[in-house]
Amino acid sequence: MKRDGWTSASIGATAIVFVVSAVVGFILLPLAQPHLGLTGLWDAICSAAGVVSRPSPAVEAPQKGTTVVMTPNMLASADAQSIGRGATLAHQCAICHGPAGISRADSPTLSGQFAPAIYKQLKDFKTGARVNAVMSPFVVNLSEQDMVDISVYYAYLPRLPSPWRTQDRPAPKIVASGAPLRGIAPCGSCHGDLDHKVGSPWLGGQSAGYFRGQLRNFASADRHNDINEQMRTIARRMTPEEIDEAALYYSGEAGPIQPLPR
Amino acid sequence: MLTSRRLIIAHFWLAFGLFGLALLLGAWQMLMRSPLSGWIENPEWYYRSLTAHGTVMAYVFPTLIAMGFGYAISESALEQPLIGRRWAWAGFWLVAVGSVTAVVPVALGRASVLYTFYPPLIGNGFYYVGIVLAVVGSWIWVALMSINLRIWKRANPGKPVPLAMFANVAGSYLWAWTAVGAALELLLQIIPVAFGLVSTIDAGLARIFFSWTLHAIVYFWLFPTYIAYYTIVPRAIGGRVYSDAMSRIAFVLFLVVAMPIGIHHAFMDPEVGAGFKFVHSVFTALVALPTLLTVFTICASVEIAARLRGGRGLFGWVTALPWRNPIMLALAFSFVMLGFGGAGGLINMSYQLDTSIHNTQWITGHFHLIFGGAIVIMYFAIAYDLWPHLTGRPLASLGLMRLQLWLWFVGMIVTTFPWHWVGILGMPRRMAFFDYGDPALAPLAFSVVLSVLGGFILVLSGLLFLVVLLRGHRTAPAEAGPYRFAEALHPPVSVPAVLNGYGLWVGLMIALTVSNYGYPILQLAVRSDTAVQAVYVGGSR
Ligand code: HEC
Ligand code: HEC
Ligand SMILES: [Cu+2]
Repeated sequence: MKRDGWTSASIGATAIVFVVSAVVGFILLPLAQPHLGLTGLWDAICSAAGVVSRPSPAVEAPQKGTTVVMTPNMLASADAQSIGRGATLAHQCAICHGPAGISRADSPTLSGQFAPAIYKQLKDFKTGARVNAVMSPFVVNLSEQDMVDISVYYAYLPRLPSPWRTQDRPAPKIVASGAPLRGIAPCGSCHGDLDHKVGSPWLGGQSAGYFRGQLRNFASADRHNDINEQMRTIARRMTPEEIDEAALYYSGEAGPIQPLPR
Repeated sequence: MLTSRRLIIAHFWLAFGLFGLALLLGAWQMLMRSPLSGWIENPEWYYRSLTAHGTVMAYVFPTLIAMGFGYAISESALEQPLIGRRWAWAGFWLVAVGSVTAVVPVALGRASVLYTFYPPLIGNGFYYVGIVLAVVGSWIWVALMSINLRIWKRANPGKPVPLAMFANVAGSYLWAWTAVGAALELLLQIIPVAFGLVSTIDAGLARIFFSWTLHAIVYFWLFPTYIAYYTIVPRAIGGRVYSDAMSRIAFVLFLVVAMPIGIHHAFMDPEVGAGFKFVHSVFTALVALPTLLTVFTICASVEIAARLRGGRGLFGWVTALPWRNPIMLALAFSFVMLGFGGAGGLINMSYQLDTSIHNTQWITGHFHLIFGGAIVIMYFAIAYDLWPHLTGRPLASLGLMRLQLWLWFVGMIVTTFPWHWVGILGMPRRMAFFDYGDPALAPLAFSVVLSVLGGFILVLSGLLFLVVLLRGHRTAPAEAGPYRFAEALHPPVSVPAVLNGYGLWVGLMIALTVSNYGYPILQLAVRSDTAVQAVYVGGSR
């Protein structure tokens, strides 16, 4: 065979394979599936190509989601001035969150929390992505810089240990291993005991009542400010018993938790 | 005429050294997730290990083998010293430094994203930068292979390019093009996110880019193995290559059909239209062409060797083969594993059947059988064959080499057959632990234990392999003579121009990439509503 023979034969054979498979894949197979409800040739081709011609009416998120953008190194370094300013600002918060960020009531403990996690929550309260009648009013007057300062201040305070490492009590199964069959990763793989995904708060020492309340709110989507529904997906699949076990475990309390109205 | 021995040995030792470490990690992973060990307390360690294992085994190890072997081929097949040896060293160091740059964040737990990257998971930026460096290093090799061939062609106008070099350069072009997919994913999408310049990523698009790389990379791994089939085995067992032209056709066919098929890795992904999945499925079926051509040619070449050795009968000649020759043994094992792996691949490539095994242990079994089995066992053979020429000392113990190959073969079968089985039962892959106490999972336990045993056999074999090579540096020197490749039964006098160059085939490769990937990529790139928030792993604790 001469050179031309090879070239045209190869190109021809390739083109034939392509055209035949395209005709089958983009026309014959789609049209053979009545349930697709295709209206004609062009419709079949578009559907097989994955063109979104009739975008399904955008499913309006029932509630407002977060608008905060988390980046890997956000608030990674803080200068002393910022921390100092934060300490002053935090006086307003002490009645509920404790003078050193350690809450004695069922308000969350903030001492030693990851700065980006605090910052994100404050922003979410401010935009209304997260709502709480008691807490929301206190962010209204905080400026962007205020929120940064407060976040790095609380992060600067000592962190309560996660019972994960310090207690003899074995971690409940849901905490230590998650639930593989339900697609739940171990809590520590996001929350910092094992690995840390930016934006996941530190859970150690959190009050059991608050903790359980949050998980229930995630499960019912009353709280809906988590990015990509990371925490809602998990909370929905947890049993009430597992929620209680995790809450007791992370709080370090011996339990039982004060019953909340269900 | 191997003049760049140090260069080639450096590539092989770095490759096999890292391979040994990654092998240990692999065995540890199998143990941790089996019923033989308690649930791992910290699954993060599992993913850390898995990321390192995959990164080394999939990117660094085969790339270094292809590079080192490629330099050896260029020098000995073209009979001209390597042109651009300094550049070759620069490429080597780029791969070495890149590997270290990538593995350090992984070891620190800052990039446990697995070697497939899995956006929107985002790890430490240096992990990705390291991989880019390694790829750039390998592209230097691509350029050098092309340049060396061009210079040879100029000095030998009209002469057929020796088969080994023809295949070698084809493999390098395939790599150059297939690496572009992952490079685009890394440079345009992941790295900006990893360094915090952007915080959202189109994970669907990233997966398509990755599939561009992911299938053809397998053929890049396969090229050294196929080159060994065609140009080492017949010579080592005293035979001839059955047909030079057919061999060339097989290699250029890989260039054409390896690329436009990667979306078979995305059959379950909603962002790709069903039509494209079907077309990719059809082209995947075409891969059988060069594979069957190879099986035929190699069987015929082996038969020639057997008949030259006095074998007779329809199948009786099989007994006349030099079975005590490690190269013969490696080829036989490789073919058996390729056969089983290929049969399993028929399931994966079928749009419909794939649903039943997608993302299960079946897939892990499949690619370990093909890559770890059929391909890597020939890497061992290549090293055994080449070592005396690199060190100037013979390899002492054929018995040890045979034992090593047997162990690898048995170990790989014992590892991967149970994996296929539990995959059919639905066992997902990439999980750090399983609750074998659960009635749904209890039936898997036995098979999983079996596969762990296979893993340990593989470790044993890997260690033995390193021992053989190390001992090869200590025997009494003996000149091995020039390194030669198998001759064809009818040595080519002249070859059609298309089979002596790459223009047509590279053209088809690029055209098919555009036709089969163009629209899916454009569609996602243009749409503005497909990005999601990145999820950063390994933040400060
Ligand atoms: C009157 C009591 C009160 C005051 C004062 C108050 N908070 Fe809160 N805060 C709460 C309660 C209650 C919650 C839990 C809300 C919920 O259940 O969703 C909360 C939640 C938070 C959270 C989210 C914590 C988490 O882990 O998700 C942050 C951050 C926070 N407050 C910061 C502040 C800051 C900063 C101030 C001062 C500017 C402040 N709070 C003042 C009661 C208060
Ligand atoms: C995939 C990562 C991930 C895993 C796994 C995970 N979480 Fe979360 N969790 C998050 C993120 C992210 C948030 C913060 C959501 C937001 O932005 O408001 C969160 C928030 C929470 C909160 C609210 C804390 C606060 O201070 O308001 C609780 C409680 C919680 N998680 C408990 C758990 C428990 C218990 C588990 C294990 C069963 C778990 N999480 C597993 C990602 C995760
Ligand atoms: Cu593939």
